[in-house]
Amino acid sequence: MTHVSVSVNGAPREAEVEPRQLLVYFLRETLGLTGTNVGCDTSSCGSCTVLLDGESVKSCTLLAVQADGREVTTIEGFTPEDGLHPLQEAFHRNHGLQCGYCTPGMIMAAASYLKENPSPTEEEVRESLEGNLCRCTGYQNIVKSILDAAGTMAGAKA
Amino acid sequence: MAATETFVGTPVLRKEDPDLITGQASFVDNQTMPGMVWMYVVRTPFAHAKLNAVDVGPARSMPGVIAAYTAVDLAGDFGGPLPFVWPITEDIKVPTHQALTSDKVRYLGDGVAVVLAETRVQAKDAAEAVTYDCDPLPAVTDMEEAMKDEVLIHEDLGTNVTVHWSHGGAGDQSVFDTAPVIVQERYHQPRLIPNAIEPRGCLAFGIPAQGEFTLVSATQIPHIVKVTLSGTCNIPEQKLRIIAPDVGGGFGSKLNVYAEEALALVLARKTKRPVKWVEERSENYLATIHGRGVTHDCTIAASEDGKILGMKFVEIADMGAYYQLLTPGIPELGGWVYMGPYDPQAYWYEFRGVLTNATPTDAYRGAGRPEATYVVERMLDALARRVGKDPADVRRMNLHPPHAEAVTSLMGLQVDSANYEPTFDRALELVGYEQWRKEQASRRDAGDLRQIGIGISSYIEMCGLAPSNILGALRYAAGGWDGATIECLPTGKVILKTGTSPHGQGHETSWAQVVADGLGVTPDDVEVLHGDTAITPLGMDTYGSRSVAVGATAIHFAMEKVRAKARTIAAHELEVSEDDVEWSDGAFRVKGAPEKAKTVPEVAFSAWHAHALPEGVEPHLNATAVWDPPNFTWPGGTHICVSEVDTETGKVDILQYVAVDDCGNVINPQIVDGQVHGGVAQGIAEALYEEALYDQSGNLMTSTMQNYLIPSAAEIPPLTLDRTVTPSTTNPLGVKGIGEAGTIAAPPAVVNSVIDALSHLGVTDVGKPASPERVWRAIQQARAEGPPGGPSSSRSVAAPVSEGGAA
Repeated sequence: MTHVSVSVNGAPREAEVEPRQLLVYFLRETLGLTGTNVGCDTSSCGSCTVLLDGESVKSCTLLAVQADGREVTTIEGFTPEDGLHPLQEAFHRNHGLQCGYCTPGMIMAAASYLKENPSPTEEEVRESLEGNLCRCTGYQNIVKSILDAAGTMAGAKA
Repeated sequence: MAATETFVGTPVLRKEDPDLITGQASFVDNQTMPGMVWMYVVRTPFAHAKLNAVDVGPARSMPGVIAAYTAVDLAGDFGGPLPFVWPITEDIKVPTHQALTSDKVRYLGDGVAVVLAETRVQAKDAAEAVTYDCDPLPAVTDMEEAMKDEVLIHEDLGTNVTVHWSHGGAGDQSVFDTAPVIVQERYHQPRLIPNAIEPRGCLAFGIPAQGEFTLVSATQIPHIVKVTLSGTCNIPEQKLRIIAPDVGGGFGSKLNVYAEEALALVLARKTKRPVKWVEERSENYLATIHGRGVTHDCTIAASEDGKILGMKFVEIADMGAYYQLLTPGIPELGGWVYMGPYDPQAYWYEFRGVLTNATPTDAYRGAGRPEATYVVERMLDALARRVGKDPADVRRMNLHPPHAEAVTSLMGLQVDSANYEPTFDRALELVGYEQWRKEQASRRDAGDLRQIGIGISSYIEMCGLAPSNILGALRYAAGGWDGATIECLPTGKVILKTGTSPHGQGHETSWAQVVADGLGVTPDDVEVLHGDTAITPLGMDTYGSRSVAVGATAIHFAMEKVRAKARTIAAHELEVSEDDVEWSDGAFRVKGAPEKAKTVPEVAFSAWHAHALPEGVEPHLNATAVWDPPNFTWPGGTHICVSEVDTETGKVDILQYVAVDDCGNVINPQIVDGQVHGGVAQGIAEALYEEALYDQSGNLMTSTMQNYLIPSAAEIPPLTLDRTVTPSTTNPLGVKGIGEAGTIAAPPAVVNSVIDALSHLGVTDVGKPASPERVWRAIQQARAEGPPGGPSSSRSVAAPVSEGGAA
């Protein structure tokens, strides 16, 4: 077993983990943060996307030990104490989810991308989501939600 | 007095979303229990093998292991085999399907042992320690090879061709020999993997001393799971409860009853511990049902000018190694829509079901109807090429005339209502059909390397499954009704218990809209409960675009009963006769004196305290209705795809996609649009990307999401939607259903567009999916054979199927 110390959603978390444990199972099974979902075993679907030091990663592509000393944000920590993030509001307003299984990963991927590119075109949003699969929405309202949120977030900054 | 706000027909935002967007969903893998153990199913690397021995001994001594069992160890724990409920003909041969196999391995998903351990990882580690002694046998995954019966999947059946179902034909069959124009084609539709993003999973627990057990399962069909697993697991039905929590998509793949659900239940009983199992994605590809896997020989008989006289389809359908819940019923379900929205004078459909060493097939979004629509719409284009007409013209001249009331169609079922031409015209208008034909002509004239193709697909569906008497006539084991219970609470709020079991479709919102309008409350006042057989025992679940047409109609009738009782109480309290009370502006009002009124919440309070109810009226305002539809519903529509095909690389880009659907009345337009978006995306995936491929040993080559190509947002184009509204006459809501329309319509629209882009080169088929390699090969073959010599040469430039496939 290996000792890891990770800042998760702003709180220091420590645990003894198997060296082979993936970050996503550290979050889900060791810490009980089940908002991050697992949809595949090949790092293809993006359901497990979280922020590592502010940037999106698929938490099934990292070992828990690789997160040692770093900051992880999951959908639970991404959600403001009082209400919703503009991305969450936009997904709700634009019917950007159906079954909702890919949604936490989509939102984390979009949050990371909008930090990089705050006013993207529709095509850029589509390209940015290449690593996140959704089987319900045909992506149309996910893309719409992210563009809508980008507008809201830009307006809030201005 | 202001009119009460109404909600049906408006885009009410979803009640489902708050937990899903914040990571608080109840997906089964998010649930855990004290003492819970993890289950892992041991499968072999063989698609076909004689199983001599399985040794779980080494696994039993691995860290954390609670137990490990073979099929022999569990022989006394089951009450029967896994359920199969649709023996579609009297002489159908039904393979025995046990939760674990003991004699032979018949496909890669066959479990040979099961391991329970304290953690997920320990269970998987221990599973790898299980050893087995197998003699590999030749495997057969090609249907036509399997039909030779040289390799038998189930020796006791004596053949792999286990079922032959024929519609029996209608109209004058001689047209197929005598018509001036006979077009014949063969089309293959490969197997598809449904890929709900949430894998399957379940958690079984109970009170063993009482013989009571609960199964929490990622399922579309908790009610059907309860009835069937009661027998399989030998648990009296009154002691068995099934819960479908938040379920992460289904698309038919969770419209089934699986070995792992049965195993988890019997092992929870055997070990007296909660047992959890969650599928890995690669396991999903092997052991969760596939869809499609069919080949059709198609004939259209027509006049010289393209008027269809007869439509005939003879199909072979890949059943896989066993029947799952419905397997041979899926092609039959398609068997009623091979006339499309057209008006042939003669009809013939039959199919043979063939066992192979592959994953069982079953309902995948559309279930038989996409397979039918694909070949019908491919044939319409083939007919247009043959008679030298525009494919839009050939379709329009053959559309069935409109009818506002139900008419019996040639294939023998009643179509509730239809008006195809306005839908068709709207799609042509929306896409700018004439403009694209001009663009196509100019690119052809210029010899452009990137050619334009326009593909049309007009469809009808048979939805709202289903009238129980017809299901009985079709030898399906269950009925097609659904139930609803409405409880009006003393504080004015409402609980609705529905028998539908949503997994992304937004029933909590749409059903609350229906109830809100009917009872004069808001959707926020209505809590919709579903997916728990102890709370909503009356239900037949969610599949086959049935939920709105059957489930919401049951809600309508429960609401009528609540209102009838409320009206009696309201009249009593208003001190007038019931005849003097009318429902208007969301309340019961005295005729001529509308300010004298009682709302449903007011009546609910009176009914609860029951201090002064009219004589003979029971306390509490509630009602239950169970509705069995008198007919199916028949949505229809036209989708048009405009593609650009790179004639040097075979790459296809969709430039525009238009969907005009007619699903009758609409409760929530935003949710309906979402259903079309998702369905079309799956249809585009089917047309261009997805295909499950086996090698000659029965290995699944497309075994992960890295080589089974699910499109991302970058591959799916923006979609343009519109609707026409032809209300259903089957139900009082006038609704028809929309869950499968996109998946039914899109594949032929896209494939037709690709062929249309290349037809001037002599290409008449590219296969499905129309991958760059297939398209490129079709272009090369057409070029090698020279330019088309006229309308009669439009046959048989078949696309070669590549060896090695998508990887």
